[in-house]
This record gives sequence, C-alpha cells and structure tokens, in this order.
Amino acid sequence: MKFIYTLIPLCPLFAAIAAGLFGKRLGRVMSHRVTIGGVAMSFLLSLIAFQQVVLSGNTFNESIYTWMVSGGIRFEVGFLVDRLTVLMMLVVTFVSLMVHIYTIGYMHDDDGYQRFFSYISLFTFSMLMLVMSNNFMQLFFGWEAVGTVSYLLIGFWYKRDTAIFANMKAFLVNRVGDFGFILGIAAVVMYTGSLDYEEVFVKAQPLIGQTMSIMGGFEWSVLTVICICLFIGAMGKSAQMPLHVWLPDSMEGPTPISALIHAATMVTAGIFMVARMSPLFELSETALSFILVIGALTAFLMGLIGIVQHDIKRVVAYSTLSQLGYMTVALGASAYSAAIFHLMTHAFFKALLFLAAGSVIIALHHEQDMRKMGGLRKYLPITYWTSLIGSLALIGFPGLSGFFSKDLIIEAVHESTLPGATLAYWAVLAGVFVTAFYSFRMFFLVFHGKSRMDEHTEEHCHEPPNVVTWPLIALAVPSVIIGFMTMGPIVFGQYFEGVIFVDDSHNVIERVREHTTGAMSMLSHVPGSKAFYLAMAGVFFAWFFYLVKPEWPAKIQSKLGFLHRILDKKYGFDEFNQTVFAAGSVGIGAGLWRFGDQGVIDGAVVNGSAQGIGKLAGLARLSQSGYLFHYAFAMIIGLLVMMSIFLFI
Amino acid sequence: MDNLHLATPEIFMLFASCAVLVVDLFLKPGQRHMTYWLTQGSLLITLLLTYGQVGDTAGTAFSGAYTVDGMSAVLKSWILLIAIGGFVYTRDYIKDREIANGEYYVLGLFGVMGMMIMTSSNNLLTIYLGLELLALSLYAMVALYRSNADASEAAMKYFVLGALASGMLLYGMSMVYGSTGSLDLATISQALTTSDAGSTGARFGLTFIIVGLAFKLGAVPFHMWVPDVYDGAPTSVTLYISTAPKIAAFAMIIRLLVDGLEVLSSDWTLMFAILAALSLVVGNLLAIAQQNIKRMLAYSTISHVGFLLLGMVAANPEGYSASMFYAITYAFTTLAAFGVLLVLSRNGEEAVMLDDLSGLFRRNALAATVMMVALISLAGVPPLVGFYAKLSVLKAVISAGYVWLAVIAVIMSVVGAFYYLRAIKMMFFDDPVDSSEVPARMDVNATLAVNGLAVVVLGIFPGWIMAVCVRAFAG
Repeated sequence: MKFIYTLIPLCPLFAAIAAGLFGKRLGRVMSHRVTIGGVAMSFLLSLIAFQQVVLSGNTFNESIYTWMVSGGIRFEVGFLVDRLTVLMMLVVTFVSLMVHIYTIGYMHDDDGYQRFFSYISLFTFSMLMLVMSNNFMQLFFGWEAVGTVSYLLIGFWYKRDTAIFANMKAFLVNRVGDFGFILGIAAVVMYTGSLDYEEVFVKAQPLIGQTMSIMGGFEWSVLTVICICLFIGAMGKSAQMPLHVWLPDSMEGPTPISALIHAATMVTAGIFMVARMSPLFELSETALSFILVIGALTAFLMGLIGIVQHDIKRVVAYSTLSQLGYMTVALGASAYSAAIFHLMTHAFFKALLFLAAGSVIIALHHEQDMRKMGGLRKYLPITYWTSLIGSLALIGFPGLSGFFSKDLIIEAVHESTLPGATLAYWAVLAGVFVTAFYSFRMFFLVFHGKSRMDEHTEEHCHEPPNVVTWPLIALAVPSVIIGFMTMGPIVFGQYFEGVIFVDDSHNVIERVREHTTGAMSMLSHVPGSKAFYLAMAGVFFAWFFYLVKPEWPAKIQSKLGFLHRILDKKYGFDEFNQTVFAAGSVGIGAGLWRFGDQGVIDGAVVNGSAQGIGKLAGLARLSQSGYLFHYAFAMIIGLLVMMSIFLFI
Repeated sequence: MDNLHLATPEIFMLFASCAVLVVDLFLKPGQRHMTYWLTQGSLLITLLLTYGQVGDTAGTAFSGAYTVDGMSAVLKSWILLIAIGGFVYTRDYIKDREIANGEYYVLGLFGVMGMMIMTSSNNLLTIYLGLELLALSLYAMVALYRSNADASEAAMKYFVLGALASGMLLYGMSMVYGSTGSLDLATISQALTTSDAGSTGARFGLTFIIVGLAFKLGAVPFHMWVPDVYDGAPTSVTLYISTAPKIAAFAMIIRLLVDGLEVLSSDWTLMFAILAALSLVVGNLLAIAQQNIKRMLAYSTISHVGFLLLGMVAANPEGYSASMFYAITYAFTTLAAFGVLLVLSRNGEEAVMLDDLSGLFRRNALAATVMMVALISLAGVPPLVGFYAKLSVLKAVISAGYVWLAVIAVIMSVVGAFYYLRAIKMMFFDDPVDSSEVPARMDVNATLAVNGLAVVVLGIFPGWIMAVCVRAFAG
C-alpha cells in the first residue's frame, strides 16, 4: 500500500513537471492528456485507498523518508491515511479531475494553456501532500505549496494590473496567516519536541494547565496559544475575517481556478487542519470560543456583502466566504464531523456553481457583470438546470446535499454551550436567509427576466462545448445525492471514530443525535425548522425584488444609502488595510530606507564592509605574485608557524 | 599472498591501463576514438568490480599493506564514477586542441589508479606510492598542452612545489617510522597508544605530514599553487584535478591521521582548525576579486577545503562522515561546473573570463541551468546538496565545541554567496557578448543533465549518501 499511497501525490506532480517543462514540445493536446491522466490515476488510486481504509479498516501511518534528524527532531515525509484523509483525497482528486476536463473548454484560446495545466496539476500534488501528511513539517510544506500555486494562478494573466494587485494581496494576507501558523508549529515543537501528529497528540495531554508568559505579566495557557496560532494560519488560508480580504480579489484568476482552489479545496485546508488537530483544539475552550465567534461573524457579514455585488463571480466568492464561516462555526462548536461533512458537500455544489458561472462567462465572451445578463435560460439549458441544482443545494433546500450539512451545523451550534454560542446560533440562522436571497438574486438576474445583453453577444450566445457541460452534470449529481447518502455514516455513524476527538463536555453531535438520528429524521423535521422557512423567505424576496418589481432595489438603495455604502465598501476592510497597513508600511519603509538603510546600513555596513572586503581582497591578492620562490617561501613559513604552535603551546 | 582477490579492481585497472597504452600505439590518427572508448570501458568495469565490494567485503591483502573496508569501496566507486563523467566532458576539448590524445587517457587512468591505491592503502609506503602515482600523472597532464606557455609554466610550478610538499610528507613519515618502528598504520597506532604517546618525534613527523596533506588539498597557506595551476592548465585537466583527487586526498587524511595517528588527534585538530579558518577566509575573499572564472573556482575550492577540514576538526565519527559527504558532493558538484565550462570552450575558444558566461541561458539553456544549480549548491542554498553538506559539517563542528570556527564558516559562506550569485546573474540577466548558440553532443548533454539532477535530488534525499558515510565510520 505504501507504494500506492506514494503514487497518489506523485502522479499529478510528474504530470505537472511534464506539462510545465516540456509543454511546448508536448503540445496542447498531449499536455492536457498527460495532466488529466495523472489526476485520473490519483482519483482511481484514491478509490483503492478508500476501499483499504474504510471498507477493510486498514489505517496507514508510516513515514516514507527521513529528510534529516536535527536536535532529536525528525524531519520526515510520511503519510497518515485514515478516514478523514481518504474523504479529503476523494474530494480533492474528483473535483480536480472535473476542473481539469472543464479547463480544456475554458482555456481553449489562451496562450498559457500548458502552463495552466501544469499549475493545476501541481496544485493537486500540493493539496494531496497537505491532506496526506502525518507530521507538521509536511503539513507546512503542503500549506505553503498550495499557497504558492494559488499565488501563481491568481496572477495567471500577469499582464493585467488587477491580477497582479490581487495576487500580491493574496500573498501578503496569507503571509500574516502563515506567520501565525509557523509560530503555532514552533510552539508545538517547543512544548512536545516532536513534529509527528500522533506523538504530539499524546504529549499534548500533560500540557493542560501549563502556562507561558507572553510580553511580561500575562500568563497564557500553552494550549490556547498553540491552538490560536494554528487557527490564525487557518484564518489566512480559509479566509476568515479579518484575513478574508484576499479571496474576493482572487477571482481575477481564471474561473476553473476559482472553482478548484478558491472554493472547493485549498480554502478548506484550514478547516481540514483544525479537524485534523481536534485532539489539540479540544483541550482549549478559549480557542474554540474564538473560532466560533470568528466563524459566525464571517458567515453572516460576508453573506450580506454578496447581496450588493454585480460581478457574477464575486457573488459566488462572497458566498464561499460565508460558507467557510459556517464550517468554522461548526469547528468552534466541536462539531468537527459536521464541518467536514459541509466541506464535502460544499466542495461539490460550490465547484458546480463556479463552473456554471464560468460557463455563462464563456457564453457571453468573458462578460461577468450581471447587469448585462438576464434571460439566459433559453440559451443555456444545461447550465440553467445545473445552476438551479447548485443554488438549491447552497440554500439548503430539503433533500439536497447542502440541506443536510447546513442544518446540521445550525442544530449543532444550537446545542453548544461555549461562550459565544448564542451569537453564533443567531448569526448562522440569519445567514440562511441572506444566503437564499443572494443566491437567487444572482440566479434570477442571470437566467430569468428580460435580456440586457447587447445584440452582438446575444446572437453568438450558445451552450459551451461538452467538455464544459459534462463536468457540470458530473458535479450536479453529488450535489443532489451526496448529503442524503453519506450523512448517516459520516455524522451519526462511526466513520470518524478514532480520527476526530471530541471532549464529552462539548459533544454537541451527541446531543443532536438525541432528537435526530439520520437523514430521514432530518427530513421529517423540515416542517418545524426555522431554517427552512428563512430559506424560502429569501427565495421569495429575491423573486419579488428582481423579477416582480425590478425597480424596487434601486429605490431601496437610495433610501438606505448609508447601509448600501457600508456593504458596497465591504465594511471598509480594504480601505483600512490599504491606508493603514499598506500605506503605513510603505511610509515606515521609506523612512527606514532613508535614515536606516541609506545612512547606516548602506553607508556604513554594506558599502563599508563591501569596500573593506574589496580592499582586503586586493591586498591579499598581492601575495599571489606568481613567483615560484614566493610560494615555496610561504609554505616554509607555514611549516615553521605550525611547528612553533605545537612546540610552544 | 593472501586475499589477493580484494585488490581485483586495482589489478584489473593496471592491466587495462597498460593495454590502452599499447593499443594506442598502433592506432592511426583517425581511430583515436578507440582509445576513448577503451578508457571508458576499463573505468566502467573497474567501477563494477569496486561496486561489488560495497557492503560487507572487508579485509587486508599484501601483508596488510592494502585494505578494503566500508569507506574504501564507497570512495573508490565515486572516484571512478566522477572520472567517467569527467572524460565524457573532456573528450571534445582535447580532440579540438590536439592535446596528445592517447597519453592523456593513459595518464588519466594511472592517476585514477593512484587515487584508488591512496584510498585503500594501509601502510605509509602504499600511501606514498599512490600519492606519487597520482601526482606524477597530474604534473604530466598539466604539461601535456605543450603549445601553451601558461600550461608549461603551471606545470613547472606545480612540479616544483609538489616535490617540496612530497619531500616534507616523506620526511614526516620517516620520523613517524623512527619513533614507532613500523610502516603499518595499525601497528603505528598501537605503538603510539601503548608506549609514550606524546613522543616528540612522532609529533614532529605529524606536522610535516600535515603540511604535505594541506598542500595536496590546497589549504591555506599551502594553497599558492592552486589558482596558478587551475588557471594555467587546460580546462580539461583543471576539471580532473579539482574533482576526484579531493576525494582521494580526504581518504588519505583518514588513513594517515585517523587510522594511524588518532592518538595525536589533540595536536592535529588544532592545526586543522587553523588551516580551515585561514582557507575559509582567504579562499572566499580572494574569489571575489577574480575576473577569471577558473581562478574564481580555484579560490572557491580553497574555501571548500576549509569546510572539508571543519569536519576533521571535530575528530569523531560524526565529523568524519560529514567530511566524507562533503568531499563526495563537492566533487560531483564541481564536476558539473567544469563540465559547463568545457561545453563553452569550443572551436578553439577558451571560456576563462566571467564575461564569457554572460547571457549563457540564451545560448544554451541546459548548460546555464546546470551551472546555476552547481553554483547555488556550492554557495550552500537549500534544498541543494551543498546545503546539507555544509549543515552536517557545521553540526559536527559545533557539537565538538568549536563554535568560533562555525561562525567564521557561516560568515564566509555569506561572502562566498556573492561571487556565485554574480556568476548566476551574468548567465541569466546579462546580454551575451557573443550570442551564437553553444551546441553540445548528446552524451555530454545527458551527462550534464544527470549531473545537475544529482545535485538537486541528492539534496532532497541526502540520506542516500549520508547513510553510507555514517556506516563507513560506524564501529
């Protein structure tokens, strides 16, 4: 099995190398064949892994290679393949495969065709390394590697200024998160002396109650510091407030990337990581409360922004932020299995929504403004129906996959007794209405109503080729059924036993289980569920405002100009960052540059030492005179010095 | 004559070298490629014979004058491998310049044999025999390019200084013999342990031996020949001198000082510490001032010798294995760098000045990439193999308590990074002086690619070599 597990990440890596280095020689068709082949291979092998781990119950935890041993700490490459890993592997490889195929159509006319395939395969490799890791070093490697690829892909169209701005922003914001993350890992190493998950989890138990002092007098629980630092990393990668600002801008990248990286897989790395570290997080209620509140704020506030966006991709992006908030809330409430369950269902329906948005964009020749769409239903039937499925799944329409996972999170938070749980409960509940409203606002604006396209676009508007529509259909299927099928075992069954640890004092899933036993009983609760009525209300208002009375939103906007401005400015996070952090650091930098760098460092230290070394080198060079007798003389002197050293010392 | 089979590789090598010499006499000028292939064939077969000894084979032959152990088979395999790669790179160079063909290969083969004997010797005389076999071959190889005045001058200097150093080494050996009464390293070691360990005679001898060793390695202040010879010799010979002989010199240090004179380690660690510090400082500083790339690499060699000696300063198995790793990886990284220089030195032109590297990426992307990998590795940037080599040596020297040496080494690495990066910048960002493409033969390209890849892959998986190095000194 070791061989198969090693092969799973390596297949996409080799494909990425082939397409990246030899792309020109391979040509377009061979390049996409190679990369799709690599990812398909990974997917098939992941199925074998599923069979091994889930059906035969053989969890794998071994190191493959020891890179080095330093100071008693082993730096290793190793795989931990258990039920959580297998689930992530299947999601990652399946969505990635769909996106690979879809890309053939989407990037058809792009010059960077091979480069794009190379990047997304490289991403698949990095993500698999991340989820399959059994130690913190490899986790960090995967973490940074997916970040790098994401950076490369956001700036894929590197000639656009907006794309360069966006990838710079993503890079900088993720630096903040990663800094917290590596501090967390450093703290783990410092207090447990190991990088290996299993060992760390065992050695974390005695740390309960131990404190450390940071900045003088304040005593902090070690575990809380570790968990919060690690979670700051997750905030960066999974775009939680206030580190969420990069994700909407990342939509500058090509749409397949938005689907694969910025919706389905990479942004869920933070969620996955917290779930993987559940034995640590369970030991710190402070950290859990922190997570709960951050998640709740993100879930509600980011959904609101989605209402005022006009760019089709940005609506889906804010929706992603909001849904990531839901997952984070679930983590904070210790409902890890619910978070992972929502992660999985979300991966399918959000990838579907993005790819559908991409299909619309292709059909309209790269027009993304919803104000210039409308009435597309008759031109794009497949996109229409799959979008409908995706939107219904997203708002949690009973029976579709999103319904089970989202309602479960709401139920779980309702049961939580941690500080902040009440706020979180109301936030996620209100979020249901918001979600339904913006989703169907987008849906109606794009597919229904009168066409607002110009004539030329309308003439050429038709359903994109099969490579685009098939992945839509392939993703629509799990968006409908995966929730109903897998909820029983994953959440209420024994699926995560021995993988995810929940302390008995906040085992909310256990409490939910008292009144809900599975998918069927969840469906039977629908008539009494607040969430259901809120979702329906959201759809209704969207229908009313954007189809029945399309002139009303503009009127409301002018009446409530103040509110609209707040949302339109996205609560001012971007302005704040740009004026305070960006301009501020540029200002400090300029100041330091003028006084510190030019004056002290350049003047005295660098140029001074460089000149000094240059002069020294010039002097020493004189000794190399080229005369044989000088050389022989130097040797004899050397001999004499060495003799005298040991004779006199 | 017991256990003669242990020396099979050397014995085969001797016959093969003589055969090549004789066959070459009867070849017409148009058939010279036969000599090349025979040479490579002999090296390859010797490599296979030697590789067969890696692992369990151990023992002595020729009444204890010759030994095979964990270290010797590994080092000899690397020496042979590097020699094979070196001949691939040099083939066209010497053909273009009509540097007496047959003799070049035969001398090269005898030199390799000398290195193998050095690596496997267990007796002062055998060591000296191997050393001189190598040294005489090298003097002749430097002088082979008779039409070139620089080469003749370099050969003269090398020969005179080499003779001086050999004389000192031999004098030191005679003093050790005088105070212990034996030429056999094991017996010497025993005699020093049991009798008067601090015998002045032996320590005097040690100093002379170290001077001899330092000369062969090119450690400061016995380094003066290195830049002149590297610069004056034909590039093919510079490649030969700067790669495999470093491994052999490392083996000689281990044989003499660890197998024979380990009792005196408190004396020789101090001397090595001084030599290492001086080499690091002088090598790196002077490399900056060079415009000639061969001289730059010469000074870079001197600084790397400093690093190699750091591991010896630790004077424990951890240090020895770190130095062994350093010697091996240094040799094949330098091989790649000189291989690229040889590719550039085509059609009678010599790539000697740094400017000749300008814009290389546009002229030959593979060569530029391999050169970049080699230089970055020499500078010690992770994840290339040079990083791990430096790291393990530094770890050894710090755990042995020589923090000041480690500090010098690290500071000097930073200084050193400057001249490596300058060369890389020129290759990738400067406009070429001569923008014609630089073609290379298929086999040279393949060797370059494998060589460059080895620098990368072994940096990511250093354990493959490190495990062997650790095993060589375990127990």
